[in-house]
Amino acid sequence: MTTATRTQADQGTTTRGADEAMREDVVRVLSADGELVSDAPELDDALVVDLYRAMARARACDLRAAALRDEGRIGAYDGSAGEEATTIGSTLALRDDDWIFPTHREPTVALARGGSVEAFFHHLFGNALDGVKGRQMPGGFAARSLRIASASAPVGTQLTHAVGLAWAARIRKDDVVALAHFGERATSSGPFHNAMNFAGVFKTPAVMLCRNSNWPQVSETETITDTFAEKGIAYGVPGVRCDGNDPLAVLRVVRHAVARAARGEGTTLVEALAHPLDGPEGARLDPLVRLRNYLGLRGHWSDAAQAELDESLQQEIDQAVAAASAAPTPPRTTMFDDVFVTLPGHLRDQRDA
Amino acid sequence: MPQMNMVQAINDALRLEMERDDRVVVLGEDVGKVGGVFRVTAGLFDAFGGERVIDTPLSEGGIIGTAVGMALYGMRPVPEIQFADFIFPAYDQIVSEIAKYRYRSGGQYGCPIVIRTPVGGGIRGGHYHSQSPESQFIHVAGLKVVCPATPEDAKGLLLASIRDEDPVMFFEPKRIYRAARGEVPEGDFTVEIGKARVVREGEDVTVITYGAMLYEALDAAAKAEAEGVDCEVIDLRTLWPLDVDTIVASVEKTGRVVVVHEAPKSCGLGAEIVALINEKAFLRLEAPPRRVTGFDTPFPYTLEMEYLPLSHRILPALVETARF
Repeated sequence: MTTATRTQADQGTTTRGADEAMREDVVRVLSADGELVSDAPELDDALVVDLYRAMARARACDLRAAALRDEGRIGAYDGSAGEEATTIGSTLALRDDDWIFPTHREPTVALARGGSVEAFFHHLFGNALDGVKGRQMPGGFAARSLRIASASAPVGTQLTHAVGLAWAARIRKDDVVALAHFGERATSSGPFHNAMNFAGVFKTPAVMLCRNSNWPQVSETETITDTFAEKGIAYGVPGVRCDGNDPLAVLRVVRHAVARAARGEGTTLVEALAHPLDGPEGARLDPLVRLRNYLGLRGHWSDAAQAELDESLQQEIDQAVAAASAAPTPPRTTMFDDVFVTLPGHLRDQRDA
Repeated sequence: MPQMNMVQAINDALRLEMERDDRVVVLGEDVGKVGGVFRVTAGLFDAFGGERVIDTPLSEGGIIGTAVGMALYGMRPVPEIQFADFIFPAYDQIVSEIAKYRYRSGGQYGCPIVIRTPVGGGIRGGHYHSQSPESQFIHVAGLKVVCPATPEDAKGLLLASIRDEDPVMFFEPKRIYRAARGEVPEGDFTVEIGKARVVREGEDVTVITYGAMLYEALDAAAKAEAEGVDCEVIDLRTLWPLDVDTIVASVEKTGRVVVVHEAPKSCGLGAEIVALINEKAFLRLEAPPRRVTGFDTPFPYTLEMEYLPLSHRILPALVETARF
């Protein structure tokens, strides 16, 4: 990989060649139409159907959450609609004991790990049944029982946490891998540098999943390198690029990175090139449509199956939103809980004043 | 009981807890083979190996950030930051992550990390080896803050800190690392976090202090006695949460109070202590509360002994407060 001078500096962004994602060093499994463009012997059709269902569930929840936000019924919410190839594809590439370190944009990963739709909406409403007790704005969730860490807003901090957890697992001789989500702009943050360097020095079993989320636009202000994957070179962390709108490519690349980490070979930096849903190619490359087409071509999906899924998701979400909006807000006194394990005197005074 | 200095007492606590609990790991810059910049971790690398006494890259943010992940996995990391002056690259991790992890996850997770770091001046270290930034951590909800002044307290408080489920900032007054010597119980014991100690009982003036300034306060109290002023000296030991009961009980007895700390005066811990006394014992006060502290300047090199609130600055405050 090379470093090149940008040609559109005056515009502040560079548009990459439309077919750059087709380059050989960008892993791709599905064409835009859902046809296999490379052998996929590791794919089990039942797993792909599960992946599709999980992606559809995440999309439906994200879209409803955005609607609730626009109606002013919940606070600010970003979500990751259109990015299910990376969020859900990576989640299904992990093993049960592996950990996820999300940002506040990926609360849907919990849905792909057994979290309920109702729990998802309780969190968005910040009500008394919210798993984080209404302490963070929508997206700032945590799910310890699912081995999902707590998402926060400072950019990049979770990357060092993932490396630390992976490192701890290795010290304890447990076969556990930690995956961290982040956007491409987090590669400019201090914690990214810290995490990558520690990951390289200590060969920690981690996967750094960078969603290059505005592909093929790349901000001029963020980097001068051709790719984000090559940022791993200086740390001794190999970088791999994949089509971020291709769930099977993400599944393959992350599985490979997990296996590599589990073998004791260290951390992999994955750069997923993700066309946003509202971008010029977004509709054509929608990962959900692409995977549906793949399943249809293989005879594992039908319009009837889609109609049934749509209806059941609609119903599940309607019920969850009704339950979440009807649930009470957390009692005032809970504001003082969990600052410390035991309520200290000064907080007791403030609570009871 | 064996005599130890503070470095030996802290080393003893780390060794004891690492033997007792295999989840405890020490990490930091040169804490392994070298034994740390002040040799506090000397010998631990040979005893426990490089996976539990870890030499890290020179990156405070990386040390503290990875310690968070270790704690989430159930380990008990005890990272060392070489000087508190260098802790600020990790400040975001401490303030935004460690302090808030339990709260923001609804109690699902904790961050039981003890961050050990030397503080304070008087060692010819200049601005970047001498500061006392404890208030900047006290003001952050979710951190316990400890600062021992004796070898016995250093050992007992460190053991209590490592066993605590909450994160603890463990400030070690470097000026008395080797100068403070005393008897330290062998084997396992803890000093409860949140409990101050009345080091010297007296009737006329309450002196509240901690860390290296305890010895300056005791020296001033001895000199005040010659002038007929009987001082009670309290070593806070834990800076947050404060032992309000011990403070208030003493002030209710004496009606007069002087707070002594190295940290800058404005918005320092002394300000909070005086405010608490005003709230809880105002009607018992016989004199205005006084603060003898460092100044609101950066910590100076050549003039460091002018900056520090040494005995000769404390003594007149004690006498004037007693005679007010």
